[in-house]
Amino acid sequence: MKCEEVEKGLIAYLDRRASSSERRDVEEHLASCAACQTRAEEFRKVWSVLDEMPAVEPTFGFDARVRQRVAAEPRRGWFDWFVPQVRLALSAALLIALTVWIAKRPPSHPGTTGTTATTSAPQQQDFNAIENLGVLENFDVVTKMDALSDLAPAGAQEPDKTQPNDGTTND
Amino acid sequence: MMLDVKAGDDASFDFLLQKYRSPLVNFLNRMVRDTATAEDLAQEVFLRVYRARKQYTPSAKFTTWLFRIATNLALNSVRDNRYQRMGISLNAPLDGEDSAPMELPSREMRIDEHMVERDRAEIIRRAIASLPEKQRAAVLLHKYEEMDYGEIAGILDCSEGALKSLLFRAYETLRVQLAPLVAQPVAHRAGGRRPS
Repeated sequence: MKCEEVEKGLIAYLDRRASSSERRDVEEHLASCAACQTRAEEFRKVWSVLDEMPAVEPTFGFDARVRQRVAAEPRRGWFDWFVPQVRLALSAALLIALTVWIAKRPPSHPGTTGTTATTSAPQQQDFNAIENLGVLENFDVVTKMDALSDLAPAGAQEPDKTQPNDGTTND
Repeated sequence: MMLDVKAGDDASFDFLLQKYRSPLVNFLNRMVRDTATAEDLAQEVFLRVYRARKQYTPSAKFTTWLFRIATNLALNSVRDNRYQRMGISLNAPLDGEDSAPMELPSREMRIDEHMVERDRAEIIRRAIASLPEKQRAAVLLHKYEEMDYGEIAGILDCSEGALKSLLFRAYETLRVQLAPLVAQPVAHRAGGRRPS
């Protein structure tokens, strides 16, 4: 064992926590190395000197201050047992609600699906409201709304003719 | 015991407070070199233990967990260096003035003996304080808390091999810095008044 290798084992050897094999290795080295032997002795003396540093005791009101701070902590109720589960449940519920909402949403372009005749009255009102807006920024929407305005009266009077028309307009 | 605290037993928390308050305050005092700050930090440690009681799992020794919290708080405090700069401590040394904590001499100790002892304690404090933070924590946990290597390594988040090298370097620094004290042991100590 070299002097550099003793570094890791010397402290454990001195505080008697080294394994028997580690102890034997260090002892063999110390027996043949005066420098490390001196260093080991000085370490022992340093530890003795370190014992001179006095210990302090917590001041009189220490416990009371800790208890006071602990008492000021908000107490948890039975509901808090479920905190992680509640978070998870809320996330799952939100996800399900979002999925259902998306699934039940009306098609974004009803005129292109061939269901003009079956469009409900509130939806028709929505389309009318959109049609009456002063500014329409989306060109795509404008073109489809124009198509709807042409089709709507005809569809109301002759529902049977809407089907083939849709087929042609989709192209 | 911590599992009892987790179950809501306040008496068990009191027991832990009684058992660990002195080791914690001493460890923190030696880390930050300020008794008032050490007490503040020790209170914070107990408060964090109390707050985290519901999440506590006995995967490691309680003392490892406790001193890990304490070490992190102490290192943050030292790094902030807030308290020293603010100068709020009664123990903080003033410029050019040796202002070690006042310790009343015991009746059987002569005044000159007390002064020598106080000076030596201050030299030791300064030597420990001069160590890099991690080395300082390692020495305090090893020498004063007498923890085993596995536990200290767990607290400092390093391997046992790295810890042993860390301790060797720390004691090597202290060996050099404390050489004058080693060369001049205290007279009444040499007479076996307080065996080391």
